[in-house]
Amino acid sequence: MVRRLPRKDVAIVGLGWTGSIMALELCRSGLDVVAIERGPWRDTATDFNIGTAPDELRYAVRHDIFLRTRQETLTMRNNSSQTALPIRRWGSFLPGNGVGGAGSHWNGQTWRFLPDDFRLRSKMIERYGEGIMPEGNQIQDWPMSYDELEPFYDKFEYVLGISGKAGNIKGQTQAGGNPFEGSRERDYPTPPMKQGYSQELFMKAAAGMGLHPFPRPSANLSSAYTNPYGCSMAPCTYCGFCERFGCSNYSKSSPQTCVLPALVREPNFEARTECEVTKVTLSGDGKMATGVVYVDANGEEWEQPADLVLLCAYGLFNVRLMLLSGIGKPYDAGTGEGVVGRNYAYQTGSGATAFFDNVNFNPFAAAGSLGAALDDYNSDNFDHGPHGFVGGASITNAYTNGRPIMYRPTPRGTPTWGSAWKKAVRETYQRVTNVGAQGSVMSYRANYLDLDPTYKDELGRPLMRMTFDYQPNEIKMANWMAERCEAIAKAMGAKTTQINRLNTPWNVVPYQSTHNTGGTVTGSDPKTSVLNRYLQSWDVPNVFVMGASTFPQNAGYNPTGTVGALTYWALDAIQKKYLKSPGALVQQ
Amino acid sequence: MHTDDRSAMRAKFAPPTETPRHSGMSRRSLLATAALLITTTGATAKVVTKVLPWRPNEAYPVTPVVPGGWLFFTADEAAVVDAIIDRLIPADELGPGAKDSGVTTFIDRQLTGPYGGHDWLYMKGPFATNPLPTQGLQSPLTPRQQYRQGLAALAAYCKANFGGRSFVDLSGEDKDKLLAGMEKGDIKFEGFSSRMLFNAVHTNTMEGFFADPIYGGNKDMAGWKLIGFPGVRYDFRDVIDNPNKPYTLPPVSLQGQPAWGVR
Ligand SMILES: Cc1cc2nc3c(=O)[nH]c(=O)nc-3n(C[C@H](O)[C@H](O)[C@H](O)COP(=O)(O)OP(=O)(O)OC[C@H]3O[C@@H](n4cnc5c(N)ncnc54)[C@H](O)[C@@H]3O)c2cc1C
Ligand code: SF4
Repeated sequence: MVRRLPRKDVAIVGLGWTGSIMALELCRSGLDVVAIERGPWRDTATDFNIGTAPDELRYAVRHDIFLRTRQETLTMRNNSSQTALPIRRWGSFLPGNGVGGAGSHWNGQTWRFLPDDFRLRSKMIERYGEGIMPEGNQIQDWPMSYDELEPFYDKFEYVLGISGKAGNIKGQTQAGGNPFEGSRERDYPTPPMKQGYSQELFMKAAAGMGLHPFPRPSANLSSAYTNPYGCSMAPCTYCGFCERFGCSNYSKSSPQTCVLPALVREPNFEARTECEVTKVTLSGDGKMATGVVYVDANGEEWEQPADLVLLCAYGLFNVRLMLLSGIGKPYDAGTGEGVVGRNYAYQTGSGATAFFDNVNFNPFAAAGSLGAALDDYNSDNFDHGPHGFVGGASITNAYTNGRPIMYRPTPRGTPTWGSAWKKAVRETYQRVTNVGAQGSVMSYRANYLDLDPTYKDELGRPLMRMTFDYQPNEIKMANWMAERCEAIAKAMGAKTTQINRLNTPWNVVPYQSTHNTGGTVTGSDPKTSVLNRYLQSWDVPNVFVMGASTFPQNAGYNPTGTVGALTYWALDAIQKKYLKSPGALVQQ
Repeated sequence: MHTDDRSAMRAKFAPPTETPRHSGMSRRSLLATAALLITTTGATAKVVTKVLPWRPNEAYPVTPVVPGGWLFFTADEAAVVDAIIDRLIPADELGPGAKDSGVTTFIDRQLTGPYGGHDWLYMKGPFATNPLPTQGLQSPLTPRQQYRQGLAALAAYCKANFGGRSFVDLSGEDKDKLLAGMEKGDIKFEGFSSRMLFNAVHTNTMEGFFADPIYGGNKDMAGWKLIGFPGVRYDFRDVIDNPNKPYTLPPVSLQGQPAWGVR
């Protein structure tokens, strides 16, 4: 039996990055807010304690604080002629769970997308003609521009205290920063992190090749910082237990360090943890959300009525909740009609491994966002004409960790065990580095999310099904990038290099990135988007959706900088327009 | 959240009697303030408002493994695992191998915990007989079942092909040949994939040799010393400030340094 609770102004599903920001700001707008989170409460002093945190087996290998597939997973296949099977053990991506979401154990590489990324379709066609567009693509311009988002990128970066060096302030190129970035109003709130020896070599080599390297923007803070919410952070110690771990030092920007200390003090905020939202409830005509239903830790079902419902459940789970709640027309890959689940995209990874003689790279002195990058081959910063692909990649030399269960590279062809392996693993550890290309993935008719016909979760609801593979455009792009990476690695002075082409078909086993995008995309046309430009559902205007599921296609960067900017952008529209006059903010 | 996890880690290999309903996770006890709010709303959720709901030291530490005896393996199985891992990471002039580093104890204790039963994984059928290589883990066999059945199949194979001898009694050369065949999947066991057994032992051996010694392997941080990993020092600002310098301090584990007399 579903029991009904007293009404709230706002029900937020998920208390990660987007949910916590929304909650704090809407409480400050005077609303009664409840956030419903399926995992436990987590915070630094207790859960990311220095006496337990640096434990590779527990967190990085056994996934202690991640979502467990037993609670929710997806099925996957590479194309629609195959039978999808459940992802039984996370590999390619690692969804978060619990207060803080993936924001508590992310790396913290915090990028802005480039101005061209927001009008990719128009830009490509203007510059190269229709002929460059890949077969089967559904690439769309975003319904907002970089310039419109700039103040909200700024806001997000100042809440997180991002460490970096601006490359373009008010249209003026800044030495030492990224000259390709869009114009920003002001510099990053904290200076860039220090770089290691390998990054020194990378920056020197790249600059020598006429490229434009810079320290990448980082949510591992270079110095102490107090953000506009009054939350204080301490400098990163390059501990090397960053991605997949909570930070014990209050150095990694996360909901725990940047938002929750202020949020819990808001008198009209309430969080309910260990409660899984199962659907958004709708009015009889399906035109308004009436609230959400959730199941608590004892298996009891509750209905939480609310005037405004915000899906902040992480991109993939937003899509599933929309499908399970019947909001928006599900995408049908056969006919190409429908929108929910459409334009799922991901990220490419390729590059080169570089082996040196007589160096001490000390890979354990590392941080999630430590690294130097260059954008010469990203977005439309270079002439795509001769190459015949669209998209690009950020190229990086980085050490995120040197933890030995998962990080002990050896040259290709080394035995995997025995004395010869032992010798190689010892000799290689200090003298290997990687130049990597993190590339864009376009959206295609063939890549999408829908409900699985066979597999169910513990509550008997269908799992979501992911149909995804890298298309020829991405393979071409990523493999061209790998060659660029190898050239840089050679210029760094590597004794030998090994090229790492894109791993195809897409395989769920090796970790690639938790950069799942699309499925509830934002756009100007309800026929090809789920949300209008304010991330408001076209069909049910008191539902807004936050997260990377809103991206029309993915760029050559990690997503969260843009996820954060979009959150503040949507919030601004909710505060300034929606609350004054609830209803559709864009007329169809 | 952590009470069930803790008990699960301590549990013997018997499957957990109480299975958390939909999360595979355990519950954290409530604060008085939180409990009060719960009664006013009538919901049994953990409710957090106005205060951070934490108490000092609530993060559960892992229970250190105490070596000695076997919780999952039989003595014969343990002897075979010892013999296999001694070939995978042998003791040599570069230092101790997996066997001297307690890796068999590590595997034994891992198999008794939630990992051994795939307790946190989606294990609902149907299980496909012919999954795509890109679809990852699709076997219904838990690690405990893989070891039990795999080691039995290996024993039968050795008996049939090496004149009734056990793996333990084979020459080093024969052991290596057999393991290489299992790794490639060329060796056919009766009723069990030799490759699955190899992969399980190889994966767990690397985990045990390089995981924190608190889990029973990597004794005296031998794995870390092999490659020069300093462990859990958690502050390498001095390293960043001194690029390309050899790191000379000994490693530290969650329980401290060997010199502190922990083990
Ligand atoms: C290992 C890792 C490394 C990463 N590194 C980077 C990086 O370097 N740079 C970058 O830009 N991004 C990175 N990311 C991605 C980044 O963490 C996410 O983009 C970001 O956290 C998304 O914010 P969100 O609010 O959309 O989702 P989350 O922060 O994940 O929060 C979603 C919350 O919703 C909850 N939830 C889900 N479903 C339900 C439900 N049905 N009911 C109730 N609650 C629910 C979840 O438990 C979770 O707490 C990384 C992610 C991972 C996992
Ligand atoms: S590397 Fe820095 S930010 Fe990351 S966990 Fe360690 S101290 Fe925290």
